[in-house]
Amino acid sequence: MIPDLSKVAVVDEVGVNERVARFQTRSIKTASKIDALKLTLSMIDLTTLEGQDTPGKVQQLCQKAIHLHDSMPGLPHVAAVCVYPTMVGVAKKALAGTNINVASVATAFPSGMSAREVKLDDTRMAVEAGADEIDMVISRGAFLAGDYAFVADEIAAVKEACGDAHLKVILETGELGTLDRVRRASVLAMHAGADFIKTSTGKIQPAATMQVTLVMLQAIRDFYYETGRMIGMKPAGGISSSKLAIHYLVMLHETLGNAWMTPEWFRFGASSLANDVLMQLMKQSTGVYQSADYFSKD
Amino acid sequence: MSRSDNKLAFDGGWDYSPAPESTDHIDIAARYQLFIGGEFVKPESGKYFDSINPATEEKLARVADANEADVDKAVKAAREGYRVWSRMKPAERGKYIFRIARIMQERAREFAVIESLDGGKPIRESRDIDVPLAAAHFFYYAGWADKLEYAFPGRKARPLGVAGQIIPWNFPLLMAAWKLAPALACGNTVVLKPAETTPLTAMKLAEVIADAGLPPGVVNIVTGAGKTGAALVEHPGIDKVAFTGSTAVGRMIQKKLAGTNKKYTLELGGKAANIVFADAAIDQAVEGIVNGIFFNQGHVCCAGSRLLVQESVAEQVIDRLKDRMQTLRVGDPLDKNTDIGAINSKMQLEKIQSYLKIGKQEGGEMFQSNGRVPKKGYWCRPTIFSGVSQSSRVVQEEIFGPVLAIQTFRTFDEAVAKANNTPYGLSGGVWTDKGAKIFKMTQAMRAGVIWANTFNKFDPASPFGGYKESGVGREGGLHGLDAYVKLGAV
Repeated sequence: MIPDLSKVAVVDEVGVNERVARFQTRSIKTASKIDALKLTLSMIDLTTLEGQDTPGKVQQLCQKAIHLHDSMPGLPHVAAVCVYPTMVGVAKKALAGTNINVASVATAFPSGMSAREVKLDDTRMAVEAGADEIDMVISRGAFLAGDYAFVADEIAAVKEACGDAHLKVILETGELGTLDRVRRASVLAMHAGADFIKTSTGKIQPAATMQVTLVMLQAIRDFYYETGRMIGMKPAGGISSSKLAIHYLVMLHETLGNAWMTPEWFRFGASSLANDVLMQLMKQSTGVYQSADYFSKD
Repeated sequence: MSRSDNKLAFDGGWDYSPAPESTDHIDIAARYQLFIGGEFVKPESGKYFDSINPATEEKLARVADANEADVDKAVKAAREGYRVWSRMKPAERGKYIFRIARIMQERAREFAVIESLDGGKPIRESRDIDVPLAAAHFFYYAGWADKLEYAFPGRKARPLGVAGQIIPWNFPLLMAAWKLAPALACGNTVVLKPAETTPLTAMKLAEVIADAGLPPGVVNIVTGAGKTGAALVEHPGIDKVAFTGSTAVGRMIQKKLAGTNKKYTLELGGKAANIVFADAAIDQAVEGIVNGIFFNQGHVCCAGSRLLVQESVAEQVIDRLKDRMQTLRVGDPLDKNTDIGAINSKMQLEKIQSYLKIGKQEGGEMFQSNGRVPKKGYWCRPTIFSGVSQSSRVVQEEIFGPVLAIQTFRTFDEAVAKANNTPYGLSGGVWTDKGAKIFKMTQAMRAGVIWANTFNKFDPASPFGGYKESGVGREGGLHGLDAYVKLGAV
């Protein structure tokens, strides 16, 4: 089940930086910008992952997910609300009757430093509470120590515990150190059963960057070439401006093509991105920027 | 399931809206005269030719067609200018050249737009590469003007006199900068002949030179075609010829100069091998292949027009290259999202098309990206030929278009043999994760410039020039000064 990681293409960081710079020179204006902004909204996993989270806070976030900015007609809703396992029940109830998914982090998020059984229980509990999607973390220590079988087995076990829930596998690229390792971890996760691969927990810096996301998208492309299976991608953490989100969409567009340009295959893990996108959309229709106080902060 | 079943789709769906750079800030005159002795003068010939926008086939301006009498006037003016310029304090000369660089930076946007209008290259390239690099060359050589004694320690560097410089249409402004900057820094004066399809930025440069207040006759610009160039090369008042263009014309120039005292440098054609080893970073190598051959529509003398890929990764590389080619946007050069602009002229397009025909007749498997190209104008989609060999003409001859010939190799030695089996030797590329292999390969390749894990990188401090039929002499860097001085005892 473990792929031959020695066959995974090496990555040249200088070349990756140059390619990323090229995406950033794309000029996205007028209709294509409005489309990109709306697409971005629809791809957001609105997230709150704090020790101080309460049912009240989660309910408010869910309200925001449903009512992004009702004074502006024709807006999509976000893809999901992402919370800790203990908050899944609250979110599920608040989002009842909508198409918005509940995503839950699990497996001793964010460090993953716990026993296999604890991680599986964590996952089962979230699924039983109604989570549609599980965001697990890989055991970075085991990966860095070269114990790839352990990492792969763990992902496969969590996938089994997920049942029908979609599994996103967080590589925590900020702890992997090199793009070569990011690529190898991506391949490992996809072969072990990931439905999505995700950059970061948001608790470690650097979180998502365009560089690691590009390397992961190329790994997804190679996996698709080989197996015909599409895998989703979720950069998370640090994407707070519309401009940056559009650069990511350009990168997605030119690396994997149109089939991936939907919330089914691409997500942004972000908490403050939505309001910036709303502000930009408002500016596109009125020609002027509005005060941040016109947009709800939940 | 085989790879061919799993195709990515890049058309349909979300797309980029047109993002054209505006043209309302530029000013193109209906007619351009010759720039001689610091003034814009009508040609003795009384004749003018059209400069065409290759993306629309519309006329941009009428440009003076210099004849022998005009060239003679320009050379005489340059000789007059030489009296002042060669005796000027070197630090003063440097100030004028710095001034040219600064004005060029201030007017960068205007230069970029006109370069793209006149030559068809995408605005992304003229804005991010051509114009900034041209200014950088003036900055770089301005710095050398008063430091020549450090460039040639223990020797006295004296200027040669009047340089006749003939430049090509692929990088009109940048090539003007490559030629002018070292010549002026060393105290020479110049008669410059731009290419007939792309004279407009040179005429804008004449405005900059006038604005910079250079003494009359230091830079003279005569526009025209081959005849004008021939008159310049043959003029007895010229001390040095610098030419960038085709190997065929270079050979003619060399014949004409045989037996004269004129020094010369020639930057000619190329058919560079871009070598990808199995251990290379494949995705970045694919990017390098794209930059190597599709940069500036392949109108690049040092283009990586031959891909040599190790057989064990050939299929992998070609599959990824094909998908990458689908994302290259061909069209309006002024659109900020255009990757591949217009072919420079009708003549060049016909030449490229004839090679596409030859490649297919030779049994090559041709692949071109999909996507529409505009109806009017001169266009060629990015093209690759696989299944070709050293005996194929598309492998042997310089096409000077967005056309890549792909061959495979098994061993290091086979790659070296194929890479060097060409009359050219301008540039090359090596892609491998092993540092030692890079050094071994670069020493075995007979080419003037070799890039490792990158391609088409230029810097004013780096010398550029060819082996074999790719040219004589070096431009750029310290080496570039050598071509514009005679060295004597202090």
